[in-house]
Amino acid sequence: MAPVFERAVVVGAGLAALRGAEAMREAGFAGPLTIVGAEPCRPYDRPPLSKHVLAGTVPAEATTLPSALGPDVDWRLGSPAVSLDRVGRTVRLADGRTLPYDRLLIATGTRARPWPNPHEGRLAGVFTLRGRDDAAALRRALAARPKRVLVIGGGFIGCEVASLCRQLGLPVTLVEPGPTPLARVLGRTVGAFIGAIHAGHGVEMRCGAEVEWLEDADGRLVRAHLVDGTRIDADVAVVALGAVRNTEWLDGSGLSSDPGGIDCDGAGYVLDADGRPDRHIAAAGDVARFPHPLYDDRRVVLEHWSQAVAQGIHAGRLLVGATPERPYGELPTFWSTQGKLVVKSAGLTEGADAVAITQGDPAAGRFVALYGREGRCIAAVAVDSARWLPAHADLVAARAPFPPGGTATDRPKGVAVFEPGFA
Amino acid sequence: MSTPADASSGSRPGLRVSVDLNLCQAYAQCCYAAPRHFRIEGHEALFYDPAPAAEHRADIERARVACPVQAIRVEDPGQDA
Repeated sequence: MAPVFERAVVVGAGLAALRGAEAMREAGFAGPLTIVGAEPCRPYDRPPLSKHVLAGTVPAEATTLPSALGPDVDWRLGSPAVSLDRVGRTVRLADGRTLPYDRLLIATGTRARPWPNPHEGRLAGVFTLRGRDDAAALRRALAARPKRVLVIGGGFIGCEVASLCRQLGLPVTLVEPGPTPLARVLGRTVGAFIGAIHAGHGVEMRCGAEVEWLEDADGRLVRAHLVDGTRIDADVAVVALGAVRNTEWLDGSGLSSDPGGIDCDGAGYVLDADGRPDRHIAAAGDVARFPHPLYDDRRVVLEHWSQAVAQGIHAGRLLVGATPERPYGELPTFWSTQGKLVVKSAGLTEGADAVAITQGDPAAGRFVALYGREGRCIAAVAVDSARWLPAHADLVAARAPFPPGGTATDRPKGVAVFEPGFA
Repeated sequence: MSTPADASSGSRPGLRVSVDLNLCQAYAQCCYAAPRHFRIEGHEALFYDPAPAAEHRADIERARVACPVQAIRVEDPGQDA
C-alpha cells in the first residue's frame, strides 16, 4: 500500500480515468487525488451518444457516469495536460498550472479523426462524433430533418449512425472504401452479412467508393463528390474515419509514445524510449498499447468500453500497490447497437484465417461467427445472438481447437467454414 | 423511457444509470421492473434512461436487482442527503 501522503494524478476524465480513480480509493489510497480533463465536464458515458442522444430520447448532458468517488477529489476540468516532466514528476496544464505527482495514471483516450481537408471539415453540416458536444450538435442537425445524411466510413460508429438515421426515417448513404462495412475488424464475409441487414433497412451502401471532396454553398454542405465521379446530394455528413490517440502531450517526456498509443509493459506501467518501465506511471483505456498474453504478447490498443473499465481498475490498483504485478490480460469484448441490431464480440479477429458460422443463419439476420487462426479459436462475433456469446468466449479464452468439435444444435450437418476475407 | 423534462422534475437530485451492455443478454427483466426507463427494441437492443428522476428510485432499484446478469449500475446522489 502506498503511503497516504503520496499524490496521485489522473490525466484524462473519461471512463478509464474514472474507474481507475475509483479503484485507487477503493484500494485504500487516501492521499490527494487530482483528475485532469480537457472537457469542462465530469466523466460521461460515450455509448449512448451515438444511440440515445442522436435519437433524441435523452439529452447529451444526461450521460454523466455513475461514480463512487467522494468529495475528496480535486477536479481540474476544462484545461488539458500539455506536457509531462518525469524527472521533476510534474504535469503541466494548458492554463499554465503545474501539478506534482507521485503516482500518475494516463488515460487521455482518443479524439475523432478529422476530415482530411480542414476547410471542408469546418463546413456547416459536417460533423464528427466523439464527445458529448459532438453528439448534441449532430442531434440538432438530425432533428432538423435533413434531406439526406452522408456517412463517411463504414466502421462501427458509421454503421451505428447510418442505422440510427434509418430509425429516424432519414435517407442515408454510407460510403466505405473497403469492400463491405466493418471489413477491417470483422472481415469481408461477416461484414457483407451485416451490410446486407443494414441495406435491408434502407441504408444506401456505397462500398468500394471514396469521397474526394465536399462541396458547399455559402459555407453549408450541399453535396459530396466521389472519386469515381458520382455525386451525392446531402446536407449533413458524418465523418466516421476512426480515432486519433491523444499522445502529443507526451512528446519530450522520454516515454515511448506515438499517434498509435503509449507503450506499456505487461503489468501496465508505461515504458520509456529504452523500453524500461516507469513505476510511477501507468496507462489505461484507448491510449494504452500493451502486450496481450492471450495473443502471444502482440501489442494491442483496444478502444472498447469494457477495456476502459477493466484496464482502468487494473492500473488504478497497480499504482497504489494493491495488485500483484501480473500481466493484464482481460479477454477483449465489445458491443455495438446498430439500429435495433446488436453486434457483440469477444476476442480479437486480427490474423484470422477462417471463420465459421456456428449458430443461426446470416440470411435470417441472427448468427454467431467464430474466427480461427492456425487451428485455434481467436474471436467470436454474435449478431442478435448475445446469449450464445459467453460459451463462444470461453472457447476463445481457452484457445480451443478450431473449428470446434461436434456440431451446432441448429445445424446437424456440421459447421460451415469460410474465408474470413481480411485484406 | 422518460423524457428530458421528466429527468429535471422533482426537487431531489436525479439518478445516474449505466448498463454494461457486454453483459446484457436481453432477459428484459428491467423492462418489466421499470418500463418507463428500460425497453428492448428488436431482438435484444436495450435502450435505457441514463438520468431518471429521483422519484423513480424504487422502479430503478427494482430493475437493478432484477437483472439476471447484474449489468445495471445506479448512482443515487440523494441517498445520503
